Amino acid sequence: MTLEIKTATLDSVRNTFAHIERRFGDKPATRYQEATYDVQSENYFHYRPLWQPEKELNDPSRTAIKMEDWYAFRDPRQMYYGTYVQQRAKMQEVAENNYSFFEKRSLINHLSDEVKAKLIRYLVPLRHMEQAANLNNMYASSYGYGTAITQACLFNGMDRLGVAQYLSRIGLILDGNSGDALTEAKLFWMKDELWQGLRACAEEMTVTEDWFEVLIAQDVVADSLIYDLYYHQFDAWLQDNQAQDVGMLTEFMQVWSKESNRWVDAVLKTAAAESDENKALLEQWIMKWKTKLMQSLEAISAEMLGGDALRAAEAVLNKRLAKAGLFK
Amino acid sequence: MSKVYIALQDNDESRYIVAAIEDDNPDATVIYMPAMIRIENEGSLTIKRESVEEQMGRDWDVQELHINLITLGGNVDEDDDALSLHWNE
Amino acid sequence: MAVKKLNIKDKYRLLTRDLDWDYSYAERKKAFPFEEFEGIKITDWSKWEDPFRLTMDSYWKYQAEKEKKLYAIFDAFSQNNGHLNVSDPRYVNAIKIFLTGVSPLEYQAYQGFAHVGRQLGGIGARVACQMQSLDELRHVQTQIHAMSHYNKFFDGFQEFSHMHDRVWYLSVPKSFFNDARSAGPFEYMIAIGFSFEYVLTNLLFVPFMSGAAHNGDMATVTFGFSAQSDEARHMTLGLEVIKFLLEQHEDNLPIVQKWLDKWFWRGSRLLTIVAMMMDYMLPNKVMSWKEAWEVYFEEAGGALFKDLARYGIRMPKYSETIKKEKEHISHQAWWTFYTHGHATGFHTWIPSDEELDWLSEKYPDTFDKYYRPRWELAKKMEADGNRFYTKALPQLCTTCQIPMLFTEMDDPTQICYRDTVYEGERYHFCSDGCKDIFDDEPEKYVQSWLPVHQIYQGNCGGPGVEDILSDFYKMNLGKDNMDMKGSPDEQRWKEWKNSA
Repeated sequence: MTLEIKTATLDSVRNTFAHIERRFGDKPATRYQEATYDVQSENYFHYRPLWQPEKELNDPSRTAIKMEDWYAFRDPRQMYYGTYVQQRAKMQEVAENNYSFFEKRSLINHLSDEVKAKLIRYLVPLRHMEQAANLNNMYASSYGYGTAITQACLFNGMDRLGVAQYLSRIGLILDGNSGDALTEAKLFWMKDELWQGLRACAEEMTVTEDWFEVLIAQDVVADSLIYDLYYHQFDAWLQDNQAQDVGMLTEFMQVWSKESNRWVDAVLKTAAAESDENKALLEQWIMKWKTKLMQSLEAISAEMLGGDALRAAEAVLNKRLAKAGLFK
Repeated sequence: MSKVYIALQDNDESRYIVAAIEDDNPDATVIYMPAMIRIENEGSLTIKRESVEEQMGRDWDVQELHINLITLGGNVDEDDDALSLHWNE
Repeated sequence: MAVKKLNIKDKYRLLTRDLDWDYSYAERKKAFPFEEFEGIKITDWSKWEDPFRLTMDSYWKYQAEKEKKLYAIFDAFSQNNGHLNVSDPRYVNAIKIFLTGVSPLEYQAYQGFAHVGRQLGGIGARVACQMQSLDELRHVQTQIHAMSHYNKFFDGFQEFSHMHDRVWYLSVPKSFFNDARSAGPFEYMIAIGFSFEYVLTNLLFVPFMSGAAHNGDMATVTFGFSAQSDEARHMTLGLEVIKFLLEQHEDNLPIVQKWLDKWFWRGSRLLTIVAMMMDYMLPNKVMSWKEAWEVYFEEAGGALFKDLARYGIRMPKYSETIKKEKEHISHQAWWTFYTHGHATGFHTWIPSDEELDWLSEKYPDTFDKYYRPRWELAKKMEADGNRFYTKALPQLCTTCQIPMLFTEMDDPTQICYRDTVYEGERYHFCSDGCKDIFDDEPEKYVQSWLPVHQIYQGNCGGPGVEDILSDFYKMNLGKDNMDMKGSPDEQRWKEWKNSA
């Protein structure tokens, strides 16, 4: 027997907002649609920015990428604020349980000194790279155009802060909350020859002007290479060296990366498919930053994993680029 | 002296927090308004984690206050054990 | 190895503050190019105090919990036709103003805080601003979702975004925030982070949210309470910013004071619409605008400025003028909207006799003397079949962009006119406050896109007002605009109530 509760049905006057109806037709809209499409102001700004008087407050010409409709950058994850925080909260709960378990059971004692030293030298300094990623995605969010892409950049920027904080916690686990591992890792980042190439790249990204170029450099090239090297290849090495428990502490990054890439891939594909000019520009930027980043990661990957590791990461990047319709 | 204040949503959890505040700040005034509980005090007000835990019967993080908080007035000082408000005069 | 217990301050420092570094390869000034042009001097960013040390994992956890609760209520509201519970269909026009006028400001706040969240040199300040940016996105999106149900059943919500960019009264809030975002990062922080989010926020929130509570609008009141807890963080950020700037260098004091004077004035002008909403658009009253101003500015603000006095900060300029104006502005504003009701995206009406009496009681010194006679006349004209709609377009103040409806404070029978000649052109203002703002930065304010000027210049279509309203503003004539009496909103309400 089924139970049907009858509520009074009233005829609505309209199904959704007029701008949503213009785009999608006269039918009920999703929360993502209503929260995203055409919310950003587009015309008749009152004052030019004192800090950039040659541009308007919201200005599509802050990038050389051209789009007929900036809302073509629909997020395949359909994340607006509510779904974003709820998704992250689920991931955070798992991570918190993992970290709690790791600490309660003192799983640190299962890690050899060699592994601990490697984590401080290779993994923990990445927190500074994530700090740069936070700046870069905030840059894209603030200078970008259209809610669809700018909100996703904001989410990404805040995610990087979260990842940086998890990496910092790993450091604190390694040094028993003394902060020594973090100090050591920062010293590597600032002074050790191994890291200077990547640090220089990070700094250069933060002075790059075109926000779409910054997004490409960071979210496409850098992240692809780094996340494959660390959260796939290095993770495998750790498993082979009785350090699989570290995976509990980096699981968040793996889950995050997989989800975020769905968005990044969609951005790439949409921008490339728009026009030959866009495609050429994207390819130009990718080549530029790929060269720089591969060079900067050469020594790190060689020391951390051995000769072929970087080529393998590059292959992963190339595969994604091909899927997006680039370099074809 | 000026009054500091804090307002919480009027729900089950908040009542425990309010009880703790009343215990630790005996001169504070508690005002019940629609859907909101407002607490005022001259000069300063402190919410202690331990007191709230005692009232609630479970572990409680000071930062959990964010879920029930509506608004507050005064300079904020927050650490692991308490949140306090004060005016400098 | 013994594990030391870290306190929240140290932990936050290691997890957040320590992430940043001194550049060696690129020029740090190029990465953060806007720190100096405003004349503000920062000697030591490390002195920044983080009031709430929220790490991202905690942020996600607590905010998700709030969202779950909030959306459960939104769902219940629409499943149960919650809109039928509002006190009176006139109330809905208040939230039309909210969605078309205020929600887009939340969006601009998201953008503004994202900008300073990238551009400020100190990581502590950046992270706090980034979180606020995220919160403001939350606010605009939850507001859109809260109003989504109303949009299905009432007129005037459907073109909120298009209208905000063009409609004459909506350029008031829009230009306010454009002004803040086009300013440098430190002015933005004082304008919005401090002046708006700390000093004036309650004067926006309490009227709308309490108004919602008193008038059966569960969706809005729930949104309001949920958003308020974010506001607590925003307020503490605002207070921290002003203290930080004043403690960094004594040269910052005159600059900060100047910004306080400007933004306090612009902010209180912006609140005129809220004052009107509170006194005239809520069928069940919360309190009068006059009372709200007394509680939330004169008393609460008093405590704040006493605290700041030790830095050399004084009360904002013209706070005495506003004190006098609180007796008048809501009446002057509603009269203007009533008489221009053919050109508004919401309905207007004559207050009921009970409401007129309430106004007399709340404004004993001004209402019966200056404003009741107008309503008596309006009632007579309406009864004669001549409900008054003006044929003219109003002159707007160049700075605040409100029609020139404000009067001289010491003689409410005289409209206040001020002007400045700049590079051969005469610019008009509603007050000394607005004139001062213009005179300090004329090159900025001459750029204003004043809706009435633009109409006369032929930039909004036409040739008639009706064409502009329907084609350029995308108003549904006879549905969004005109008197409440006889509107489709009123008609539908009667049908729903009869069939219930």
